[in-house]
Amino acid sequence: MTELRSKNLIRKILSNIPILLLFISVLNDFDFNHLGLKYFSFNFSYILIFYYSLKKSESLGYTYIFIAGLFNDVVTGTPMGLSSLMYLILCVAASYLRNITLRPSLINDCIFFLITILVINSLLFVSLNFIFNYELNYFDQIINITYTFLFYFLFSNLFDFFEKYLVGRNNAR
Amino acid sequence: METSRDDFVIALRSAFLKKGTQQRFSLLSLIFFSIIFLILGSFNFKIINHIKTGINEIVYRSSFIVSVPEKLLKDSYLTIQNHNKLYKENEKIKSELEILKAKDLLNEFIILENQRLKKVVDDYLVKSDTIIAKVLSDKGSPFLRSIIINKGSKHKINLGMVVMDGAYLVGKVVEVNYLSSRVLLLSDLNSKIPVIVEPNAVFSILSGTGKDHGIIQYSKKYEDIKNESVIYTSGAGSLFKAGIPIGKINNNFLNDEKNIEFFSDFSQLRFVKVVSFKKSETE
Repeated sequence: MTELRSKNLIRKILSNIPILLLFISVLNDFDFNHLGLKYFSFNFSYILIFYYSLKKSESLGYTYIFIAGLFNDVVTGTPMGLSSLMYLILCVAASYLRNITLRPSLINDCIFFLITILVINSLLFVSLNFIFNYELNYFDQIINITYTFLFYFLFSNLFDFFEKYLVGRNNAR
Repeated sequence: METSRDDFVIALRSAFLKKGTQQRFSLLSLIFFSIIFLILGSFNFKIINHIKTGINEIVYRSSFIVSVPEKLLKDSYLTIQNHNKLYKENEKIKSELEILKAKDLLNEFIILENQRLKKVVDDYLVKSDTIIAKVLSDKGSPFLRSIIINKGSKHKINLGMVVMDGAYLVGKVVEVNYLSSRVLLLSDLNSKIPVIVEPNAVFSILSGTGKDHGIIQYSKKYEDIKNESVIYTSGAGSLFKAGIPIGKINNNFLNDEKNIEFFSDFSQLRFVKVVSFKKSETE
C-alpha cells in the first residue's frame, strides 16, 4: 500500500515536470548565454509549449502558460501580456494541429511548428517594433527561429522518451 | 469544398473554445486577458502596474533560486575552461623551460670560461657563504637607517659582511653581538659604497641621504650618467664583490643631484641574506 502510494507520488511529481521546466525556462532565460556563442540562441519555452499542447495538453494548463508568459515579460522587459499572447497563439496552433491530425508524424509537426514560430516571431517583431518602439535585431530573430526549429527534433524525442519511460504514458505519440 | 471549410472552422473553433480536463479557462478567454493586459499596460493603468510590481517581486526572488543550477553549470564550464587553459599554459611553459635549459647550459659554459680566463689574468674568484637572518627591528629614524638581525657572532657573522635582499644589495654589518647584529642600510647618511654605473661604466661613490633614496657622489663623468642607468657594486677596495645590483638612476626627484632609487624596499625587509665573499682557494 505504501509502495503504491509512493509510486503515485513519484508519478505525480514526474507529470508536473513540464510545468516546472516551463517556469525554470522563463525565469532563467534558458538559452546557454554563458557559452558566449555569438550566433546561437533558441527558445526552449516555445518547444516545450508546442510539444505539450500538441501531445499532452493536460500536462501544461493554459493558465500556467499564461502566467509563465507574464513572468517571461518581467524577465525580458517586454510589455506585460505580450509573451502570454504569443504562447497562447502557439497553443492555439498546436491545438488546431491536434484536431486536424489523424496520423501524427514528427516531420509534419516540425513543419507546422516552423510555420507557427515564424508567424509568432513576425507578430512579436511587428508589435515590439512598430507599436511599443522596441528595437530588435532582425538577424538575431532569424537565428533564434532556426535553432528553435532545429532543436524541436531533439527535444521532441527527449520528451517522448521522458513520457514513455519515466512517466509511463504510452500515448505520447 | 464546403465540407473542408467546415472542418477548418470546426477545428479552429475547437482549438479556441474547447477546455481540456483541469483547464479553467479556454484559450480564447486567456488570449482576451493578454490583450487587455497589453492595452491597459500601454496606458499605464494602476491595476496593471500593481500586478506588475507583484510579479516583479516574485520573479526576481524566484529567478535567483532558479538560476542556481545554471550558475553551477556556468562555474563548472569556467572551471573546465580554466583547466584547459592551464593545460595549454603548461605546454607553453614546458617548451619555454626547454629553451631556458639550453640557455642555462650555455650560461654554465660561459661561467666556466670566465673562471678559466680569470685564472689566466690572475684575478681572484669569489665564493660565498650565506646566512639567512630575520629582521628583528627596523629603525626608521631620520638620523640612523639601520636594521637589527637575529644572527650574531655565534652564527659566524663578522663585521663588514654584505647584507642582501634576494639579489639586491641592502647594506653591510656594522655591529656584531653574540646573538644579533646591526646592519647599516645603503640609505644611511654614513653609508658610502664604491659603485659602477652602467651603461658607460662610470665609477663613483654611492652615498645615503637619510631618506629612501641614495645619491651619486664624486664622479668625474657626471654628465655620462643618464636616467634609468643601473648601479652595481664596483668591487673597488675589495669591500664588496663586483656586480651586485643596487638600484637605478631616477631623475624625477626635485633636486639637481643624480638620485638612486633602490631596487629593494628597505621598509619592507623581513628576511635578509648575510653573505661573505672570499677569494676561492680551490681554483
